[in-house]
Order: sequence, then C-alpha cells, then structure tokens
Amino acid sequence: MSVHVQETVRLLSGNEAIARGAFEAGVRVAAAYPGTPSTEILEYLVEYEGVHAEWAPNEKVAVEVALGASMAGARALAAMKHVGVNVAADPIFTAAYTGVRGGLVIVTADDPEMHSSQNEQDNRHYAQAAKIPMLEPADSAETKIYTKLAFELSERFDTPVFLRTTTRISHATGPVPLGEVEPSAVPLGFVEEPAKWVMLPVNARKRHVVVENRMRALRDFAESFDGNRIEWGDRSLGIITAGVAYQYVREAFPHASVLKLGMAHPLPERLIREFAAGVTRLVVVEELDPIIETHVKAMGIRVEGKDRVPALGELNPRIVRQAISGDAAPLREPAAVPSRPPNLCAGCPHRSLFVALNKCRVTVTGDIGCYTLSALPPLKSMDTCVCMGASIGNALGIEKALGAAARGKVVAVIGDSTFVHSGITGLINVVYNGGCSTVIILDNGTTAMTGAQDHPGTGKTLQGERVHRLDLAALCRAIGVEHVYTVNPHDQVETEAVLRRELDRDAPSVIIARAACVLLPEHRAEKRPGYEVIAELCNGCNACGKLGCPAIEWLPLTPEEAVAVGKKPTQKGIVRINRLMCDGCDLCPSVCKMRAMVEAAS
Amino acid sequence: MSLPCGNIFLAGVGGQGILLASEVLGEAFLRGGYDVKKSEVHGMAQRGGAVTTHLRFGPKVFSPLIEPGAADLLIAFEKMEALRFIHYLALDGVAVVNTQEIPPAPVSSGQERYPERIEERLRDTTPRVQMVDALTAAMALHEVRAVNMVMTGAASHFLPLPEGAYLEALKSRLPARVVEVNAQAFRAGRALVHPAGERG
Repeated sequence: MSVHVQETVRLLSGNEAIARGAFEAGVRVAAAYPGTPSTEILEYLVEYEGVHAEWAPNEKVAVEVALGASMAGARALAAMKHVGVNVAADPIFTAAYTGVRGGLVIVTADDPEMHSSQNEQDNRHYAQAAKIPMLEPADSAETKIYTKLAFELSERFDTPVFLRTTTRISHATGPVPLGEVEPSAVPLGFVEEPAKWVMLPVNARKRHVVVENRMRALRDFAESFDGNRIEWGDRSLGIITAGVAYQYVREAFPHASVLKLGMAHPLPERLIREFAAGVTRLVVVEELDPIIETHVKAMGIRVEGKDRVPALGELNPRIVRQAISGDAAPLREPAAVPSRPPNLCAGCPHRSLFVALNKCRVTVTGDIGCYTLSALPPLKSMDTCVCMGASIGNALGIEKALGAAARGKVVAVIGDSTFVHSGITGLINVVYNGGCSTVIILDNGTTAMTGAQDHPGTGKTLQGERVHRLDLAALCRAIGVEHVYTVNPHDQVETEAVLRRELDRDAPSVIIARAACVLLPEHRAEKRPGYEVIAELCNGCNACGKLGCPAIEWLPLTPEEAVAVGKKPTQKGIVRINRLMCDGCDLCPSVCKMRAMVEAAS
Repeated sequence: MSLPCGNIFLAGVGGQGILLASEVLGEAFLRGGYDVKKSEVHGMAQRGGAVTTHLRFGPKVFSPLIEPGAADLLIAFEKMEALRFIHYLALDGVAVVNTQEIPPAPVSSGQERYPERIEERLRDTTPRVQMVDALTAAMALHEVRAVNMVMTGAASHFLPLPEGAYLEALKSRLPARVVEVNAQAFRAGRALVHPAGERG
C-alpha cells in the first residue's frame, strides 16, 4: 500500500468515526451525558477545534441544548446510549415537529447483549414512533459517511436525524479514510418564526402536517439512497439485513443475495419488493426486534426472520449460519472455570459505605453506576436497580406502601453524577409528599462507571476548565431536607453511627458519603501505605473475604499444609494482601478480629 | 498476490492493557496494507472482569467478531482466561498464554478454587501452546504495566508481519516517553518464544 493511503486512512472506532464525521460536517455544538457504548464520542469531539462539546447533566438537557444550537443555525449533535433516549424522548418527539435550521443529529448507541446496560431495548422503534429518519451504519468507515450525511439530510428535510449504532459499531474499529471539512450553508443567527418554534397546539397541528409530508418525501429518498443497496448473488437465498448484522451475513453467506439497508426508517418498499421478487427464499437478519421483518410482512411478502434468528442478545456469523442453514461446525467444549465478574476496585469508597450499611440490615433501593456492582456477592448490598434516578422514587414508594413497617428500614443509594442526572426531582418529591426516606449520595467526585467524566458536581467541564461546583449539600437543604450530613465512608465508625441515627429519624435526611474514586489521577497521585497480613495471627475466619476486595486473596490449606505453617489442622486457609493492588483504604482492619491486617512496613 | 488473513483473540482481565495491545496490533496490520477490524467491550466489564478483544485482518474483513472455533491465535494475558476462551481457538490454532494468575472474586473470597493443571488442560485441547512468564519479564524492566507488550512480542512470532512493523505501530500509538520501555518489553517477549522449538 502506498504512503499516501497510510496518511489519510486511520483505524477508528465507530465513536471516533462519529466525532470525525461531525467535525468534517462542521458541527459547532455537541452535548451528551456519558453512557456506554456512546461515551467516547464527545471525548473525541472535544479534541477538534471549532467545536463546543459539553457534558450535559442528562440526555434531555443535551438534546435541548443541541436543538437550541440548531435553532440558531448551527450544526449540532447530541449523543447518548439507548436508554438515554428514554430520558430525552420528550424534546425529541417535539423536535420532529419543529424541525431544524442547522443540521441536528441525535446519536443513539444501543447495547444488544447488555454488556453494560440494564435492558436491551431496540431504539429503531423510536424512529418510527417519533417520525424521525434513522441511519444505521455497518462499520466505522460507513459511520463517518453516515454522520456527515445525517447533517445534510437534516437540513434538506428540515428534521432531526437519528444515527443508530450498536456496541459492535461503537466499539469496533476499522479503517476510515479522512476527509475535508464541508460546513453547512445555513447562516448563523436566530430567526423569529413562531409557527415553527412555538409548539402551541395551533402551530403544532400545522407542523404535524409538515411531519407527514416530510415522511412521504423521505420514503422517496429511501428508494434512491445508495446506502440501501442490493448485492445480487446466488438467488436461491436472499437476506435483508442492516447494521453490524450485515457483516455477519456476508461472512456466513458470502454467495447469497443481500439487501443491505443503511436507513432503518423509513424503509424503501419498492426496493424491498424488487429484492423479494428476485430471490427464492427470503430471510431478514436483524439484531433484537423484528422491525424490518414486521414491515415486510405488512407489505404482504412471505419472509422468515425471528422464527429462526434470535431476538435476544447479539448475533455473530455462527448464529446467523446456524439460524438459516442449520450448519454449525463442531466446537471445543468451553472449559468450566470460576467466573470473573466485574468488581468494585480495591479501595473503592462504595465498598466501605456498603460494609457499614450492611450492618444496618435495611432494604436498599439502588441506582445506576459502579455501586450497582455491590448487588453481587459477597456484598449483596442492593435490592433494586431500575434506571437513572429510580432509587429515590422507589424508596418513597416502598415507604408509602408499607407505612410504619418501613420506617427506618429503607435507604436509597445514588451516585453523585446520577443524582444530578435525575435524582434531584425524586428528592424534591420525598420532601413534598412527606416521606422520611434516608438518601445516601455516593459522592466519589466523578462519573466513574463510564471512565471518570466530569459533571456539575465536580466543578470541571469536558474541556477540563474549572467552573462553579454544584454544592450537593446546599442543594439538598434548599430542597427542604433539614438533615444533610457529609461523612467519609472510609471512617467506618462515624459512617455507621450517622447511618443508624438518620435511619431512625422521622424526617427525610441525606447522607453524602464523600471520598474520591480510586481511579481519579488526583487520588492515584497520593501515596498511602498499603496493608499486609501477619500470617501468624490469621485464623482463617475469612471475615475479610466477605468484603469482596480484589486485593485480599484466600489461600486454601490442606490439614497437612495448615500444620506445616503452624496452624490447627482444621484451619481451612489463610489470607494475604496483594500489595500491587492494595489501595490502603483501611477497611479490612476494621473487620479483622485477630488484628492481623496491619499497615505494611513499606 | 492475496494477503493472508487471520483472527487474533485477546483475553485477560480488565486493567491489563489488552485494549492497547490490540490497538498496536491493529495499527501494524493497517500499515501493512491489510483491512483490519477489531471489537471490544467497555464500561462495566472493565471493572476487574474478564475482557476480550477480537482482532481480524486480511484483504477484506466483514465481521468484527471472531466466531468460536475460528481464532488462529489466542493471546491470553492471564492463565485461567486461556482456558475460559479456548473454544474460540481453531483446531490448528496457537495459544500464547501468560503464566500470571489473577484470582477472580469467587476465588479470592474463598468460594471457589483457582483451577489446577491449566497448562496440561490446555495441551489436552490443543498441541500448540506457548507458556510465557510475562510478569517476570515486565518486572525485570521495572514496569508491571508492560505485561501487555511482552505478550504482544511473544505472540508476534505467529503473525505474518516483520518485527519492525509492530515497533513502528507502537511508536505511533504511544506517548513518546513510554515508547522505549514498551519496545523493550516487546523485544523481551519476542525473545521468550522460539517457535521452531514449539512442541507439536
């Protein structure tokens, strides 16, 4: 390959390709709330000059900011994970009515297989429900092209445009040819146009007509769009597919005829009919829900689909091959080995908080973040997890349902970033409706699960600029919570005392458990002494094993081995601390009755 | 002349630098004129959980995922993870396995035991196994985090590019101040494996 190619082709993830495509489209404003698998889009975009990229407190705000920028004539992008669209659905559905001025692109990054999500909803439904066109690329190179195209279509058809990826597009990498910046021709400036921007019923009724006309025009566009294309091959098998599933189909059936759909909504009916008429057997291969299949069936065409292709989880070439032809090469047996679930880090302040909370024996309504991992054994500290912000509403609901029986027995736990995202309204509701819930804000000073992003409570922007830091305690007091206390969760004695006191209180209270995430550079720069186990003192009770700390390792002993190291033959093992992992959080000494865990002599 | 194609499956534990190792490999193949696709998972799985990356190269690559039974090379950055993902290896594939043991939560908490005789069990499944003590090699360079490049170097014997291609890729993907130690780690790993003496 020539040097020229090496200079202009880069290996980019789908998320990098979206950022690059938006940059080449001259995007001016981008907003997002972090969420796997979408997070890196904004982290890459902020590196480009001339783009204002920001973390919004939640996806609804992100879309409203992007729509505002579009109203002012700027190309704008809002990015989120699939469940983020649920939060942002309110402005999105009406943005379909208002339309745009500068191109407006909404990225939805779906997560089939739920690698890092609470559900695997298929956001192609949103395109249909909101009457918004949706592009669906099948690899990184196409992702960049479709991102640019999305801005163009948005301006051409006066509509927001969805760009849908899935984990295997967002977090898959492939070669992408770089291009030049081709900015919008739309001039900047807000032009008063109440019939378009003020969605009073009288205006909205007229805009609904515009929406329906636009969808008709888009259906025509879909017929000629070169991203919807037929690849004729052996006509005994024809497969309609889209997104990453296209790649699996080409891998599994290299000789089949394929209709690849680059646009998930609206679908090109004439093209589908032409394809269906040209093949003997017609199958739809799509991940998750039977959206294309249902449409094709509604057109009166006989087609196979979810009767063969799983609707759950991700596909891969093997699954596709097996579904359609029944062929599957024999496999080696997967070996049975202990599972390796994700775990809270050594020194994580959440672990310390949950160890104290577990002593109180209460029902814990949980939320979305690293701390959700505390639901797993051995901590098993969390009883519910639904969506961002749900912990506080769930706690009040349990309290209202059970009355006096729930007094002092229910606690909501929510992270700092999650609280800002959608916990604040829940807390307002607790005060307003006379609850006496105890709410714990796990304030580790970052959005940790997605890789440590800033938010209003950290006082830093996506650009790393220092700005006003949202004071969570002052906010809770302003809401009307009279009892707001901040504790250091690494201080077990104080934390447990405050927890017990506030649980007993006949009024709402907020406990802010504040200690830095161990992944933050400022925490890592601090030197803390690690801990070690005095082997002579360890009696193998394994109380420290119940902490689930990855730095604490159980070494099993046979009776002979136990005697050889000077223990009773009945002792089943001893523990040691992995010094490479120990963060020096001082939690394990608090549970060791033998006082065997001590600060290491460096 | 058509380029060879291949599937590399990387497996290990969150925090071991698997993503970076796969980036260096991917970059090397791109520079070598190959089509490349790579797929990985971020987010919750990274918190000490099992981590895998699929890397595929060839004249034209479609699927970003390797199907079970189709990996030509399994690079396991942790010993037990080799066993967990051995069914991804093709019947004539090679497994390059770090001897390092990182106990998962069920083991470190005493609920389960770390599996024994892993090397034997791997050899029962496939004759082509290379065990590599990458941790010791990285410690010798005073850089525990270089385990990933030691493993990449060791595995590079089973890939079609010349040694220089990986070092060039490494330079392009890493900040200048850590290039040298990573290049040393790569060479150290490469020196640990002698494919001619591979037990067949």
